[in-house]
Amino acid sequence: MNGVTRRTRLAARLMVAPSVLLLLGWSILPLSLTIYFSFLDYNLLSPGTEHWIGWLNYHYFLTDPGFFDALLNTLLLVGGVLLITTTGGIALALLLDQPIWGRGIVRLLVIAPFFVMPTVSALVWKNMLMHPVNGMFSHAAQYLGLQPFDFLGSAPLLSIILIVAWQWLPFAVLILLTALQSLDSEQLQAAEMDGAGRLARFYHIILPHLARAITIVVLLQTIFLLSVFAEILVTTNGGPGTATTNVAYLVYIQSLLQFDVGSGSAGGLVAVVLANLVAIVLMRMIGKNLET
Amino acid sequence: MRFRRTSFALGALCVMLGALPAASVAETLTIATVNNGDMIRMQRLAGDFTAKNPGIELKWVILEENVLRQRVTTDIATKGGQYDILTIGTYEVPIWGKNGWLVPMDDLPASYDAGDLLPPIRSSLTVNGKLYASPFYGESSMVMYRTDLLKKAGLSMPAAPTWDFVAKAARAMTDRTNGIHGICLRGKAGWGENMALLTATANSFGARWFDMKWRPQFDSPAWKQALEFYLGLMKDAGPPGATSNGFNENLALFQQGRCGMWIDATVAAGFVTDPNASKVHGQVGFALAPDAGKGKRSNWLWAWSLAIPAGSQKVNSARKFIAWSTSRSYQELVAAKEGWNSVPPGTRKSLYANPSYMKLPFAAITLQSINSVDPDHPTVDPVPYVGVQFVAIPEFQGVATTIGQQFAAALSGSISAGQALSNAQAIAERTIRKAGYH
Amino acid sequence: MPPSSVHRIRFGFTALAWLAGLMLFLPILWTVITSFKTEADAVASPPLILDFTWTTENYREVQQRSDYPLHFANSVIISLGSTALGLLIAIPAAWAMAFSPTSRTRNLLMWMLSTKMLPSVGVLIPIYLGFRKLGLLDTRIGLVGVLMLVNLPIIVWMLYAYFKEIPRDILEAARMDGASLWNEILHVLLPVAVPGIASTLLLNVILAWNESFWTLNLTAAGAAPLTAFIASYSSPEGLFYAKLSAASTMAIAPILVLGWFSQKQLVRGLTFGAVK
Repeated sequence: MNGVTRRTRLAARLMVAPSVLLLLGWSILPLSLTIYFSFLDYNLLSPGTEHWIGWLNYHYFLTDPGFFDALLNTLLLVGGVLLITTTGGIALALLLDQPIWGRGIVRLLVIAPFFVMPTVSALVWKNMLMHPVNGMFSHAAQYLGLQPFDFLGSAPLLSIILIVAWQWLPFAVLILLTALQSLDSEQLQAAEMDGAGRLARFYHIILPHLARAITIVVLLQTIFLLSVFAEILVTTNGGPGTATTNVAYLVYIQSLLQFDVGSGSAGGLVAVVLANLVAIVLMRMIGKNLET
Repeated sequence: MRFRRTSFALGALCVMLGALPAASVAETLTIATVNNGDMIRMQRLAGDFTAKNPGIELKWVILEENVLRQRVTTDIATKGGQYDILTIGTYEVPIWGKNGWLVPMDDLPASYDAGDLLPPIRSSLTVNGKLYASPFYGESSMVMYRTDLLKKAGLSMPAAPTWDFVAKAARAMTDRTNGIHGICLRGKAGWGENMALLTATANSFGARWFDMKWRPQFDSPAWKQALEFYLGLMKDAGPPGATSNGFNENLALFQQGRCGMWIDATVAAGFVTDPNASKVHGQVGFALAPDAGKGKRSNWLWAWSLAIPAGSQKVNSARKFIAWSTSRSYQELVAAKEGWNSVPPGTRKSLYANPSYMKLPFAAITLQSINSVDPDHPTVDPVPYVGVQFVAIPEFQGVATTIGQQFAAALSGSISAGQALSNAQAIAERTIRKAGYH
Repeated sequence: MPPSSVHRIRFGFTALAWLAGLMLFLPILWTVITSFKTEADAVASPPLILDFTWTTENYREVQQRSDYPLHFANSVIISLGSTALGLLIAIPAAWAMAFSPTSRTRNLLMWMLSTKMLPSVGVLIPIYLGFRKLGLLDTRIGLVGVLMLVNLPIIVWMLYAYFKEIPRDILEAARMDGASLWNEILHVLLPVAVPGIASTLLLNVILAWNESFWTLNLTAAGAAPLTAFIASYSSPEGLFYAKLSAASTMAIAPILVLGWFSQKQLVRGLTFGAVK
């Protein structure tokens, strides 16, 4: 028995090795270069003038008047989208698990938003749906006798949250639905026969079973949502004011608009710190669901 | 039966052999360009070039302007060598020319006739006396207005209106109950979006970005006047949701008949007079971009041009292509195949000396607009930079986008004009200090 | 329960599900409809829903202007290649972490996820320089590599989650029967994990298919996938909504087909009952 365990453990380590080594190489090189650049005054458009400036880039990035707004917006964006996709995802997964007619088609319809390129869907939402003069929503509102609402002007962050949530809902649904299908129906039937109502069955059997899948959805989505910026670029360019600027967008302005590699790198590292903090908090809250 | 099968096989073999890479007689040029109508037309007509130059094969990378700029800048700054011909604008040329990143446009064939280029366009692409890029098309900005709505309001547009007149006309044409807004202007945040318009407008009010000591001027009375004028006008006569409106959105609004006036790029003229696209194509008039009596009008200058990265191994072929696509004969080719109103505008004097072209309703005003700008002296007071609706420094894109966000916030009403300006001043000062200009 | 009320409940759920599905699908449906309009109709206000002249001119023009087959081939190679490579590397790793967990497993998983924390925009220049040195700019191999590395943490995580769902008794039973490690994975684990692997495959192929930052920045004319194809139709100065819609429809269609065909794998329930 011992030999088997030791062999299994060695085998396990070997099996994990390739992914670890690859990711190590992939992350270490750019990371160390980024750290190095962050201490330089390095603008791509002024070559040959790089020099060491210590912490100045960090100071510059962190004292950006929009920085605190960016921080707040990042957290609001992630939180808002997570809320919508998790609750919506559970609801839709439960719905799609029922015996309904044309289940295959409905499943495809629900998952379809994930297939569209983010920039395209942002454009569609902005110009064809949300535009206060030309958009479908405004025409629907006028038809009902209401005033059209300027989504991206008056509630910019909320509008972006809606767009991003629409894009990521399928992701949550797919993972939760697949997890739901491994639920033993015998347990549910036994509980039903014992007289447990729908809500009780949901709360005591289904939800715990989904705990791990929900944790995965939350953690994976958080990583993506922290660096959302394509949708912002296409719709509001971070405005009005700093209403839709998040940390990733600030980094974008520094590195790809200004071509200031120095402060862009510093900003990137600040984003890493932020992401780590968020991850630690999340893990503390729901990390235990990962292992049974 | 056997004969057919054999010939089939032979045919298939020939196709396969033909698909193999040719025995390297062909030199491949990778061209990075913008997805504007004129560039796409150039791609479509490129068969004319390859027919005349059988040893050259063309590969196209077509992207939208911002992505293209990002791609191309990254590549040229890291000497990536991915592109043989770049499409860049009057913003990049001064900076990249100074860095020595571009091959000067010398040794072009005589038929190219550099003297035929419109002087403002030519000087905006010239650094230290050398031409670094060849202009493919040029634009300025102007007023487009609805002749019917203006007549209904009982006014008539002078050829060179003032801002006061424009404001009066806009307010008179506004009819919210019928969905007509007196004036549609850019409001979307971005250095190439609202800031292009606001910078050029501010120029006409006597404002400037920096004084000769590189001190930002957003605290000046001229900027205050310009911004407050813009905000007031948009509040009284502008469409809702203006903070999301860039060129495209305003174009759509104008074509659908929702705008009394629109001040934007001269290239829009072709779109708004197109019977297939515009509901109001027969009722559009043009006028010069307004001024405030200070000596500079509010029109801007931009030219998309083709350039060759320094260190390229394919300079000769690249020069041939650039000469082909930016010469008079190319313009004549387009005119022959697609009509005069499809010819890329704003680059050559000869185009505007051509009576067939001058028949187009927007030709004269485009020429006038371009000729009335001086990119080397864009403002009333002297400035240490070049550029009419931008400042040709590397930091400009970032700082102008951030300031553009502030002005968009003022437009949406979340902050006041004064607050937006003081924020802008702080942002600009930060940037200048970090960049080391003083 | 009497059959009529079962039917009524089923009808209710069906209606609700279809409503939700259609509402979510609406923007995509709108894009597809717009792709059949002329550019002028595409920006018409009030918007034209079905009452306009349907035309295929956009598809024709898109076909003429861009090299759809090339971009399509690139997208397929890059998405499938990077995901398949990722699965090959991730399946053993996820197996090991799910069935032989150590105290470090959770930290290892978090570390893997943390490699995605650096925003790509901040790290473009070092990667671009590296690629240039290695001659990988504008190559499909280069992109397969990058996208595989970018998605590897996601693949590992998702597989880990699905493997965790599998009851250990199945594996123990196989182990008792003297099956070797390789056999264990191939003949016992994989069949039972197919829905999980299928959904991981689908999601990651889509993530790679739509990945627009690296695919736009590391390619020129040779290896550009459909994301570049679409990017060439989106313009801040020119109304090309109809063509953009056509290009997007042409880019989504293959994925919809893929999604449709992977339905069966996604649906197949785990047959744990057989063990008991």
